[in-house]
Amino acid sequence: MIGVVSYLVFFATTASILAIAVLGLNLQWGNTGLFNGGVVAFFGAGAYGTLILGGMPQGAHLGGFALFYPLALLGGMALAGLMAWIVGLLTLRLRHDYLAIATFGVAVAFENLVRNAEWLAGGAKGVRGFERPLRAMLGDGFLYNLCFLAVVLLALVATYLFLERLVASPFGRLLRAIREDEEAAQSLGKSPAGVRLTAFVTGSVILGLSGGLYGTFYAFVSPQDVLPTLTFQIWAMLIVGGSGNNRGAVFGAFLIWGAWTASGWALSRFAPVEAQLYTGSVQFVLIGAVIVGMLLWRPRGLLPERLVVSQRGKTPLAKQGV
Amino acid sequence: MIQNLIDGVLTGAYLSLGAIGLTLVMHILRFANFSHAELLSLGAYAALVCDALVSALVPVFAAKLGPLSLTWALTAAIAASMVLTGVSAVLIDRLVFKRLRDKGQELSMVFASFGMALVIRNLIGLIFGLSPQLYSKDIAFAVLLSQDPLILVKPDQVFVLIAALVLMMILHLVLSRTTFGYSLRAVAENPALAQVNGVNLSRTIMAVWVIGGGLAAVAGVFYGLSHQIIPVMGRDLVLPIFAAAIVGGIGSVYGAVLGGFVVGIAGNLALVILPSGYTPSVPFLLILAVLIIRPYGLFGEARA
Repeated sequence: MIGVVSYLVFFATTASILAIAVLGLNLQWGNTGLFNGGVVAFFGAGAYGTLILGGMPQGAHLGGFALFYPLALLGGMALAGLMAWIVGLLTLRLRHDYLAIATFGVAVAFENLVRNAEWLAGGAKGVRGFERPLRAMLGDGFLYNLCFLAVVLLALVATYLFLERLVASPFGRLLRAIREDEEAAQSLGKSPAGVRLTAFVTGSVILGLSGGLYGTFYAFVSPQDVLPTLTFQIWAMLIVGGSGNNRGAVFGAFLIWGAWTASGWALSRFAPVEAQLYTGSVQFVLIGAVIVGMLLWRPRGLLPERLVVSQRGKTPLAKQGV
Repeated sequence: MIQNLIDGVLTGAYLSLGAIGLTLVMHILRFANFSHAELLSLGAYAALVCDALVSALVPVFAAKLGPLSLTWALTAAIAASMVLTGVSAVLIDRLVFKRLRDKGQELSMVFASFGMALVIRNLIGLIFGLSPQLYSKDIAFAVLLSQDPLILVKPDQVFVLIAALVLMMILHLVLSRTTFGYSLRAVAENPALAQVNGVNLSRTIMAVWVIGGGLAAVAGVFYGLSHQIIPVMGRDLVLPIFAAAIVGGIGSVYGAVLGGFVVGIAGNLALVILPSGYTPSVPFLLILAVLIIRPYGLFGEARA
C-alpha cells in the first residue's frame, strides 16, 4: 500500500513539475504564438543553474557556490531568462521560422555543451554534490517526498495564478492582440517585438523554474535529462490539453505524463523480450502521432481556449435613444 | 587543415542538396519544415531496398563501377529512390500539411512537421532496425593524393561532389530557363497574383515537394555513401541543413547551395580548433553569426 502511495507521490511530483513547464510554454505559444523549439534548453538551464549555484564545492567542475537554496533556484531561473533574452533579441524581429530554428539550435547546442564541457557541468557524468534543501530535518524518505510535493504544488498554483492574472491583464490582451493581428496592434502604437520578447523571456523563466525543481528533486542533472524527448513531451502536453488555456496546460501535463509512463510500463511488461529495444521507438511514434492527430482533428485541444471579450462595446447611441 | 577543407567541401555537397529542398518549401509554404531531414533518411533507406532488389533481380548490375563502391544497381536505386521520396513528400503534404494549410493554421505546421519527423524517424527504426547499414560491405579505400600535406580522398566522395554539382546545374537551368521555373518563382513572390496569371498553385506546390524530396533522396544516399545509414540520421542532419538555408537566405536556391558548403566547411574546419564533441554545435553558431551580422542570409531578402 505504502508502495502505491509513494509511487503516486512520485508521479504527482514529476507531473506537477512538468505542468509548470507546460504553463511556461503556454505563455509563449498559447498566448503569444511564439514557437519554442528548444523547451528543454531553458528547462535545462534552470536545472543546471540551480544545482551549480546551490551545490557543494566539487573539484571536477564549476560550482560549489553553496548558495541559499531559494537564491540558487532564482539563479537558475535567471539563467534560463538570460538565454531566452539573447535568443529572442536576435530572432523576434524576423519572421517566425527563425525563432523556431534558433530555439531548436539552442537546445542542440546546450545539450552538446553540457555533455562535452566537463569543466563547466561535469560532462556526461552530470552535476553532483547538490544536497537537497532541509534534508537534515526531513530525512531522505517518504516524508521528504511528501513535503517536496507540497512545495512543487505550491509553485504550480503560484505559477498558474500568476499567469491567469497576467493573461487577464491589459498585457495579456496585448499578447493576444499581437498573436491575432500584429499590424493592427502596431497601428495602435504597440511594439510587437518588445512585447514578444517580454513574453518569451517570462515563459522561459517559468521553464527554468520547472527545470530547477526537477534538478532539486533528483539532486542530480546530466545530459540525459536535456534530450529533445522532453521538448516533444511538453509540446504534446500543451497541444492535447489545449493551448491558450492554462487549465488545459495543467490537465494535459498530467494526462500525457500518465499516458507516457503507462505506455512505457505496458511495453516493458507485455512486449516480447526481443522487442524491448524498440519500446522507445514505439513511444515516439505514438507521441508524434498524438501531436499530428490533435492538430488535424482537434487543434484547440481537449480544453480549448476560452475566447474573452475584454470590454464590451458601448451600446450605440441610437439604441440609447439619443 | 587542407584535408579538413576538402572533407568540408564533400560534406557540403550533400548538405546543399538537402538545403535546396528545404529552402524552397520554406519559401513557398512559409513554414520551417523540421521533417525535411527525414526525407533524407527515407531516400537513403528507399535506395537501400531498391539496391538489394535490383542486385537480386539482375546480378550483372551488382558489379562495381571502376574505383567506386557504387554499382549500376545502386545508380538505378538512386533514381528509383528519388521518385519514391518525391512521391512520399507529396503524400505527407496531402495527409498533413495541406490539411493544416486549408484550415488556415499555418503556425501549427511547424509543430506538425516535428510530429511527422518523430513518426517517420521511428517507423524507419522499427522497420529497418536501429543498427547502422551500409550500401557496400567492402571497405572503400581512400586514395592518397599528396603526402605532404597529407590529403586522402575516397573515390566515392569525388563522385558525390560531381554528381551533386551536376544536379544543382540541372536545377539551375530548370529554374532560370523554363516556364515552370518562372511560375515557381511567381508563386513564391505572390501566390494570389500567380494564380491570377494562370499558375496552377496546387500543382506548383506538388512540384516543389517532388523536387525537394528527390534532391533529399540523393542527399540521403550520398550521406550514406560517406558515412552510414542509420534511422536517426535525420536528427543529426536537421540543424546543418537549416543552417545552410539560413546562411544562404531562406528562399534562395543559390544561397542554399553556397550555405551547404559554408556549413560543411565550417564544421570540418572547427575540428582544427575544437574537440570533435562540439561539432554538432557549429551549425548553431553559424546561425547565430548570420542572425547578428546579416539576418536575411547571403542572398535572402526581408519578408514578413
